[in-house]
Amino acid sequence: MLSAVAKPFAALALAAALISVVLAALGASPAGVFAALGEGAFGSWYACVDTIVKSTPLVFTGLAISLAFSGALWNIGADGQLTIGAIAAGAVGPHLADFPHSIAIVTILAAGALGGAAWGGLAGWLRARRDVNEVISTIMLNFVAVQALSWVVHGPLMEPSRAYPTSSPIASAAQLEFYFAPSRLNLGMLLAVALAAACYLLLFRTGTGFELRAMGRNRRAATFFGVRIPALTVWAMAVSGALAGLGGAVQVSAISHRLYEKLSPGWGFEAIAVALVARLNPLAIVPAALLFGALDNGSQAMQRTQGISPELVQVIQGLVILIILAFDTPAWSGLREQIFGASSEEAAAVPPVAEMPDA
Amino acid sequence: MLEAFLVSVITMATPILLAALGELLVEESGVVNIGIEGAMLAGAFAALAIAYFSGSTALGLAGAIAAGVAINAIFAILVVNLAVNQVVTGTAVSILALGLTGVFYRKLFGVTGKAFMVTPIAKIPLGPLARIPLLGPVLFDHNALVYFTFILVPALWYLIARTRYGLRLRACGERPEAADALGLGVIATRWQALIVSGALTGLAGAFLTLAYANTFVENISAGRGFVALSVVIVGRWNSWGLAAASLLFGAAMALQFGLQALGTVVPYQLFLALPYALTLVVLAGFGGQAAAPSALGEPYRRQ
Repeated sequence: MLSAVAKPFAALALAAALISVVLAALGASPAGVFAALGEGAFGSWYACVDTIVKSTPLVFTGLAISLAFSGALWNIGADGQLTIGAIAAGAVGPHLADFPHSIAIVTILAAGALGGAAWGGLAGWLRARRDVNEVISTIMLNFVAVQALSWVVHGPLMEPSRAYPTSSPIASAAQLEFYFAPSRLNLGMLLAVALAAACYLLLFRTGTGFELRAMGRNRRAATFFGVRIPALTVWAMAVSGALAGLGGAVQVSAISHRLYEKLSPGWGFEAIAVALVARLNPLAIVPAALLFGALDNGSQAMQRTQGISPELVQVIQGLVILIILAFDTPAWSGLREQIFGASSEEAAAVPPVAEMPDA
Repeated sequence: MLEAFLVSVITMATPILLAALGELLVEESGVVNIGIEGAMLAGAFAALAIAYFSGSTALGLAGAIAAGVAINAIFAILVVNLAVNQVVTGTAVSILALGLTGVFYRKLFGVTGKAFMVTPIAKIPLGPLARIPLLGPVLFDHNALVYFTFILVPALWYLIARTRYGLRLRACGERPEAADALGLGVIATRWQALIVSGALTGLAGAFLTLAYANTFVENISAGRGFVALSVVIVGRWNSWGLAAASLLFGAAMALQFGLQALGTVVPYQLFLALPYALTLVVLAGFGGQAAAPSALGEPYRRQ
């Protein structure tokens, strides 16, 4: 039996093996591709720093997923929530020129969090009050958010010359500064790490966190213990959305400084892989996000030198999720019990991902 | 104008309905397959790649069926045999299919930006019926996939509501423990539903590349698989309801082209968002899951 820590690594190794098969089918050398990935992600001081920058949105969205999934709320909409958060930040940002830096930063980030919370909370409300499955609603809200972003950069928020489909740049007071220019290292990752700690405390050290996890394990049993399911559902989806929206605001404030179409390359979906590798533990989200941020960062070098398109990263994401699910299934423990007899210490171990609440 | 719009409604509704009918079988057996989007995408890509290189539409359709079945088989191993979470598995399958089709598309067709066109599936006008004004072009002048899809509506209704096999399917979705105790084979039944659904969803993908776009672009399915999932809910798990809901969504999609062509002052993004926003509004209005199979989405493990 693999330990809880070893399992994600074993899953990644198996994913690497399967990826090698895909690469061989493409006629590429797996060793060359993996070397290029590593070189692109960690090959220089600059590459390392850029890996951190590219991981930052994944921490925010990964936390959003881990919080929602802990409560068996299948939020597939972190991408849309991040997008709406970014739109809110991009709308507020240009108007903050006359404010002190600290107030401008707090305002732009709060706008992002509120935007994301509204988008996530809407899905929570639809689930709690209208019995609309949050899987469907969050997926649909993703598509609506993409069109909303396209509309604002072509319409109400379009830059004054109206030559490019982007918004006006945000005020410099509202920009998270780079500490080691020309590298883009900024306070965003620090904020993300602090939020990871806060989410850990929320989930494992507060009554609300306990109720959320109880709802995740068994919705009906949780009602018997007095958990107000509808309110908790709306709250958890709103907080999940706020985390993703904050990620969008940080991206606008620190990196893009303006809105444009396709702002997110799919961070909200990649976050599902991040959250599962981290086994939904907020503290483990940070290293898991760094891992996938490194993949994203390295994929550009891979495309340049090996001619493999960056969509390979999505293949890796999908495989990693599937393999982790397969590794963690309770079906194996049933099989083991038949062969070796039941083991009580395994039953007490960290809850595996597949024991995650069923939808 | 009206005729073109109605033809467009049928064209837009067909792939959604075809995928939704497959999903109906799967959901009646107690499984929710979000990977349907991935199966559709894989079918679309396989159909185009095989039809382009072989020059044969029939081979393209066969390839689409194989690709859809393969994607659903991955899903089935995890969800039916290993009893893991269906939502997360389905999402992963969709991400995987998006990545694989993207990587292989670039590999096979390069990044030249050149469109790789194929000849569309031939239309089969149904004799004199096709010459009826308005009704003829709208209903009786389509390719075989369209006729097949709409013939499936009564066929699946009969299968599910009136046959022993339909009873077995529904038993697996309502009370899997009881079905298993009666020896109905929950695992086998769910696998069969997923295989058939994979074939239908693959064909729905093929419709996109071989009948609608006549080429492939990345993420060509653009959420149609997800819309098909909503169609099953809005259609209340009844194949006639599914047909009605598909036509509604087909109309919303057709409308966007019509209104864009009219050049209205309303931003075009509103029309692009319309089918998805409509899904939300309709689901919110219809309430939700009351008509769903009782064990829908719950992994079944033999005790």
